Amino acid sequence: MTPITVRVDGAAYTDDVEPRTLLVHYLREQVGKVGTVVGCDTSNCGACTVHLDGEAVKSCTVLAVQADGCEVTTIEGVGQDGLHPVQKAFHEMHGLQCGYCTPGMIMASIDLLQDNPDPSDDEVREGIEGNLCRCTGYQNIVRAVRSAAAEMRGGGDGNGHVSPAVVDTAAAPHVAVQA
Amino acid sequence: MIPAPFSYARPTTVEEALQAIAEGGEDVKVLAGGQSLIPVMRLRLAAPETVVDLGRVDGLRGVRDDGDAIVIGAMTTHSDVLSDPLIAEHAPLIAEATGTVADRQVRHRGTFGGALVHADPAGDLPAVALALDAEFVIVGPGGRRTVPAAEFFVDYLTTAVEEGELLVEVRVPKLAGSWGMRYEKFNRVAQAWSIVAVAAVVRRENGRIAEARVGLTNMGPTPLRARQVEEALAGAEATAEAVAAAAERAAEGTEPSSDLNAQADYRQHLATVLTRRAVTAAAGL
Repeated sequence: MTPITVRVDGAAYTDDVEPRTLLVHYLREQVGKVGTVVGCDTSNCGACTVHLDGEAVKSCTVLAVQADGCEVTTIEGVGQDGLHPVQKAFHEMHGLQCGYCTPGMIMASIDLLQDNPDPSDDEVREGIEGNLCRCTGYQNIVRAVRSAAAEMRGGGDGNGHVSPAVVDTAAAPHVAVQA
Repeated sequence: MIPAPFSYARPTTVEEALQAIAEGGEDVKVLAGGQSLIPVMRLRLAAPETVVDLGRVDGLRGVRDDGDAIVIGAMTTHSDVLSDPLIAEHAPLIAEATGTVADRQVRHRGTFGGALVHADPAGDLPAVALALDAEFVIVGPGGRRTVPAAEFFVDYLTTAVEEGELLVEVRVPKLAGSWGMRYEKFNRVAQAWSIVAVAAVVRRENGRIAEARVGLTNMGPTPLRARQVEEALAGAEATAEAVAAAAERAAEGTEPSSDLNAQADYRQHLATVLTRRAVTAAAGL
């Protein structure tokens, strides 16, 4: 066992871990941060994305011992005073279907917006290319990220006025329009 | 999926790292960013006795100016490469190719040196290092040695770094004259691994191509230089026709693999197309 000291979502933890323990398993099973999920387990899907010293990483591909002395932020720690603007935007723009990819999508999006506060649709898609939505709900995820970006910039420049996708019932007549 | 148990060493200097490697037993793996090693350990394709983590060896991070070359520390992350002003000025090809590696999360952890020592045929940086005639500085119990890129990539996932040794930095010579560079890559949208990619570095002089270096990614177990293309381009007129004719030779002598992504003959076709595009762009045509 190796002792590690990590700050997770603002609180300090000192624990003994096996060196082979993956950061995601440490976070979920020892710290109890079950908001961070394991998706593919092969560094493809990004569901387990957390911030390590402020940068998005796939926590299934980091050893807990590598996080010793570091600051970890999980989805549970981003909205200290209510929802983070990106969480709020995913809610409002319906940027999720089953919701499994959502914690990772939000952590990756926050990381992207730190570097690029006003991404285009293409830049959002490139920026979250490490995160897969198995429901393929990407349209509204992109809208959510751009809406959050506008709000975080202070809004008012017109780019933030995006709406959730409207179902084209002419193209898909079997979809009932809900009142 | 979790890795098999291993002993863990976390040195803070190169000397301590070499000692930890020497004392690590039969099967020692060096952990750089871990973005290739941790997945293979999780899959138990690797089950090393000891893992030596270079994460705290601060001396291996960063890029410095060394007169006629820039020197990139082996533990410099892909993200740091992308924002480095020396690389942007002297070797933008490295940044261009690095920007295509995996995704933001992986680029935050993955390292320049780790990707080169891993030497995956589908990895992007080996062919770039080859095209830039980079030099690899390796330390070990016997001291320090420098290996040219042409001798560094030995075989599939195998480099000139011997057991007990460590890649510490990569020297990239500064290019004199008017050079253009381009990395052209073909990959599946959901997977950043190259099916085939081409790194081109071209010097133009008086309307002609004075010199061209072309590195091929994933056209064999190691990265390759397309020597026939380089010879055909040397001294050629800088025209689309001359470049296209030279690029036709890009796959000569190559033996690429066939896999789920592409058959060998398709890879050879891609090599000619991507070489034409890369050289055309690098020559400013």
